[in-house]
Amino acid sequence: MSIDVMAEGDPDQASAVKQVSSSKPASWHQVIWSSKKARVGIYILAVYVLVAIFAPLVTPHDPLDSTFTPLVGPSSLNWLGTNTAGQDLASQLIYGTRVSLIVGLFGGILATAIALLIGMISGYAEGTWLDDILSFFTNVALVIPTLPLIITLVAYSDVRGPGLIIGVIAITSWAGPARAKRAQIITLRNRDFVTVAKFSGEGTFRIVFREIMPNMASLVAASFIGAATGAIAAEAGLAVLGLGDTRAVSWGTMIYQANLQGAMTQGLFVWVFAPGLVLGVIITALTFVNFGVDLLSNPHLRED
Amino acid sequence: MSYYARKIGFFLATLWAVITLNFLIPRLQPGDPAELMVKKLVGKDAQIDPAQVHAMRVMLGSPTGSLFSQYVEYVKQLAHGNFGLSYFYFPFKVSEVIGQAIWWTVILVSIVQVLSFMIGMVLGAYAAWRRNSRFDSVVTLGSTFIGTLQPFWIALVLLYVFGYSLGWFPTSGGYDVSTPGFNYAFVDESVRHAFLPAMTLMIVTPIGWILGMRNTMIMNLGEDYIRLAKAKGLPDRVVALRYAARNALLPSVTGFALALGSMLGGAILVESAFDYPGLGRLMGQAVTNKDYPLLQALMLLTTTGVLLANLVADLLYGVLDPRARKAEG
Repeated sequence: MSIDVMAEGDPDQASAVKQVSSSKPASWHQVIWSSKKARVGIYILAVYVLVAIFAPLVTPHDPLDSTFTPLVGPSSLNWLGTNTAGQDLASQLIYGTRVSLIVGLFGGILATAIALLIGMISGYAEGTWLDDILSFFTNVALVIPTLPLIITLVAYSDVRGPGLIIGVIAITSWAGPARAKRAQIITLRNRDFVTVAKFSGEGTFRIVFREIMPNMASLVAASFIGAATGAIAAEAGLAVLGLGDTRAVSWGTMIYQANLQGAMTQGLFVWVFAPGLVLGVIITALTFVNFGVDLLSNPHLRED
Repeated sequence: MSYYARKIGFFLATLWAVITLNFLIPRLQPGDPAELMVKKLVGKDAQIDPAQVHAMRVMLGSPTGSLFSQYVEYVKQLAHGNFGLSYFYFPFKVSEVIGQAIWWTVILVSIVQVLSFMIGMVLGAYAAWRRNSRFDSVVTLGSTFIGTLQPFWIALVLLYVFGYSLGWFPTSGGYDVSTPGFNYAFVDESVRHAFLPAMTLMIVTPIGWILGMRNTMIMNLGEDYIRLAKAKGLPDRVVALRYAARNALLPSVTGFALALGSMLGGAILVESAFDYPGLGRLMGQAVTNKDYPLLQALMLLTTTGVLLANLVADLLYGVLDPRARKAEG
């Protein structure tokens, strides 16, 4: 919840923004780039993406290779040492980036797509029975606490591939964004350009997604980043409880294993804390990027 | 329809949706719980005797008949408060197992929720009143940074520093040796055990309140009635508290229940990290042990709790803000 609140318009970001020259409207990347926070976020994100793509080049070891001496400290062979099973912690962290980014990307896309579909149709049809039904579903999904539902859904599956986790996260997290989009489209649907489109005989679907949606691009982007952030956090939470993808190494499963093997009592704090730290950094980075995207949807934040 | 009738109607409809969802989720999955349990009893690779499976099915009261008759039976059992038998704590009933754990969570979560609400309101209101001051930037930036940390990770850090390294607080459980009840030894022990889990949640939960309150308060401070109040020469304290903060509080009331839901998620992870004997840890155990009846009951219980809180908040909002009653009525 906290992240949503922050993303949705801190009135004070203006100070972080350089005055954009007033002769012509700044393009979207200039606006985002003008925010220092967003720049930092993009740099960090770029590092994560590169690490994820080139994981096999960054680290020479397989994250599941358990042939190293267990419990050695940091060395030139094992940069962060090894765990009780003799696996290289640095490699696990590096490969864990892949899981988080994939879950974030696809979980974010899927959740945003559901939110768009339901929110846009519901808002455009405001006041009709269709809107009543869709709004009811949205409100129900909004009040049901997410994590218990995710846990219940995942617990019943024996094979927990990334697809399942992405799907479950997406179908439990679309409600908030859907409501925001419904509210937004209600303000847009009576504008002149929509009326023109209606009179020129365009279909409802086309009006909603081709005429109105481009006007909400920055909102959609912000909600995608928010959903991706939520998906990354949810995947980690699930994995910490032992509900992660059974075949891959992720930051959450590292923490789960560390707890299981009593890493805390043995003082193996790298094993416990490093995954949480890299997780915290990427979530910070995404939040920062969203500050920049907010400048697009809310021009008030731009002018000082 | 009046405001209140609609809110109660929504509550009932949501409750029905949740019960139905809870009924459908296990039935959408392959696998037979009775078979699973026999497998657990006799070992993974041993031969499974169909008679055993049948006996287990009878004992657990596994459903038979059409989906609809199962549904009717399910709702009937729920109405009697019968959640079935726990697979793991067999032969105890699910309701007995939950009864043991529920108060730990209810007390922990309600104390944290109320405290963080108050802290959030005060800090948020003050940050907005002294906007762009040092206090404001410390609070806003601090919240932003802490907001990106995960509750379970904060739990591990606190556990490591104050539990293992410094040894100030116990690292697991809800109490040590005393008998539960209202006596000094037990109260002392349970407070000491609850301290770190509560601290973890207290670090995370006020953030949403702080930032939300700050934003609404800033918006309210720009309103004409504030300008009028100031022009009348009212003291700052009165303008800030009796005028702006009072109005800015309103939206937070409806957020109360939603925040409860999101904190519940945090509590599940935090309780598991501290091995705290509440519902969250129970849920973690139910997952590891594949104790489906327990898991389902927990899911239903936590959801109903949040729905109830939401209903109360909605009703309260109707009392507090007459506009809400009129606008949609």
